[in-house]
Amino acid sequence: MYLSRGIKRALAVISAVVLGFLYLPLIIVFVQSFNASPSAAWPPRSLTGRWWSNVLDQGGWRTALAQSLKVAALATVVALVLGTLASFAVHRFSFFGRNTVNFLIVLPIALPGIVTGVALQSAFRQLDISLGLLTVVVAHATFCIVVVFNNVIARMRRNAPNIEQASADLGANPFQTFAYVTFPMIRTALLAAALLAFALSFDEIVVTTFTNQGQDTLPQWILDNVFRGKNVTTVNVVAAGVVLFSLIPVWVVQRLTDGGNTSGR
Amino acid sequence: MTMNVPTPESIVPARRSSAFGSLARFFDRHPRVRLWSFLTGPMAWLVVAYLGSLALMLATSLHPVDDFTSQPIRSRWTDANLRSLVDFSGPYPAKILRTIGVAASVTAIDIILAVPIAFFLVKVLSPRWRRVAVVAVLMPLWASYLVKVYAWRTLLNPEGGVLVKSIGVTPGYSLTALVIVLAYLWLPYMILPVMSGLERLPDSLLEASADLGGRTGRTVRSVVLPLLVPAVAAGSIFTFSLSLGDYISVKLVGGTTDVLGSVVERQLSTNLPLAAAIAVGSVIVMGAYLTGVRRLGAFESL
Repeated sequence: MYLSRGIKRALAVISAVVLGFLYLPLIIVFVQSFNASPSAAWPPRSLTGRWWSNVLDQGGWRTALAQSLKVAALATVVALVLGTLASFAVHRFSFFGRNTVNFLIVLPIALPGIVTGVALQSAFRQLDISLGLLTVVVAHATFCIVVVFNNVIARMRRNAPNIEQASADLGANPFQTFAYVTFPMIRTALLAAALLAFALSFDEIVVTTFTNQGQDTLPQWILDNVFRGKNVTTVNVVAAGVVLFSLIPVWVVQRLTDGGNTSGR
Repeated sequence: MTMNVPTPESIVPARRSSAFGSLARFFDRHPRVRLWSFLTGPMAWLVVAYLGSLALMLATSLHPVDDFTSQPIRSRWTDANLRSLVDFSGPYPAKILRTIGVAASVTAIDIILAVPIAFFLVKVLSPRWRRVAVVAVLMPLWASYLVKVYAWRTLLNPEGGVLVKSIGVTPGYSLTALVIVLAYLWLPYMILPVMSGLERLPDSLLEASADLGGRTGRTVRSVVLPLLVPAVAAGSIFTFSLSLGDYISVKLVGGTTDVLGSVVERQLSTNLPLAAAIAVGSVIVMGAYLTGVRRLGAFESL
């Protein structure tokens, strides 16, 4: 298909503008974290690093961060185990209901967040399970399974299909085949999946507000302070920090998977 | 591993007879047992924790609520909550339609923006730059959702926000602002599937169209767009579902706009059955949407 130079240029301009538009809010967050005005009034009259150097003395966000890390770590472990098992089953066996399994795994992210949130909360309330760390972990693990599943199964599909067969033919038992053949092949996919699941859980707020009580997670802490208009400068620094922190996993995953599967959310 | 082929171990007796070895042999001979050892954990979790919760939510939506304790009365059943969703003299049908309208507008905006960008990234840029561009699209996708909405508050603020100070206009905190912010948030979810759809579209088809005399516009209309339908449909599942279920953005940039998510959040502590009924309503809307896009081939492009 022939694209005139004019069309190419127009496409380039549209793409550049929209990609810039994707980054604009992130840039604003960083600028605001250096805004010298205590109310973060726009535009910043002068810049200061004071809020960044003071942030460690501010309370609240650190316990929330600890809670977020705890939730994300536990949810990632659960999702890693369940997602890997499910991907093995779907990849290696063809069985009745395989598509249903696929569907069931995607469902928690295909349905709107409020549905998952309300469903889990009403179940916990009915079963008299008090909301807290455990319930958030259950909620997060449920929608993180799909991330692990997608990453692991994509990697296995790219691997030579009969290499595990060859291992069996050479006399390895299933455990040996897993340890010496399968695991080394999916190792980086597992790491990538773990990082993405962690990032997804760390960032989640919709389902979290419905399933957590007591100690806030970091997104809950930010939301709460934004609403009450409190700790503006601390919130700005923490927000910028969260952006930096959540970009690290994506960057690592890009290197691990050579650009594949980061969209598997 | 196909199970019908006898492995050496099932023919030749193993040298060592450790418990581990016999477990391995047992698994080897019973592929169904192996399948279930993989499947039981994840399925138990998803069926019990997730489907179970959805079922309980449906049950909850069928209970009346005690006016004094605000707790659902589990011994009595009613369809009043679900009925109120379609009672046009009540407040909910308008809110449902508004929410669907928001989700549909967000999806439409994202399709219009994503197709030319994805086309440029995949078919015009060199492969090296394309890889850079993919990372450029992905990075903001994973940067904290809440922080992005918070940043939009600073941008849109009618009193001294970035937009007002720099270009003099802002939609303020309103329905328009909500649609803009949601379209912003979910755009990468549309760009990525459209990009992989275009990667699957062979250049030879475009050349064939040109050879047959198709001009650029005609090729786009008759070749590119029809073949992109499944990818666009796949992306729209996310843009639509995520918009339908959002209530944080509504709180932060939606001003007085009331959508399903905000109603659910308000009703949750005082009237759980009503909140559950609205969630059931969202499931029905989403179910209808999924059925629709399934026909367009969305599931094969996920």
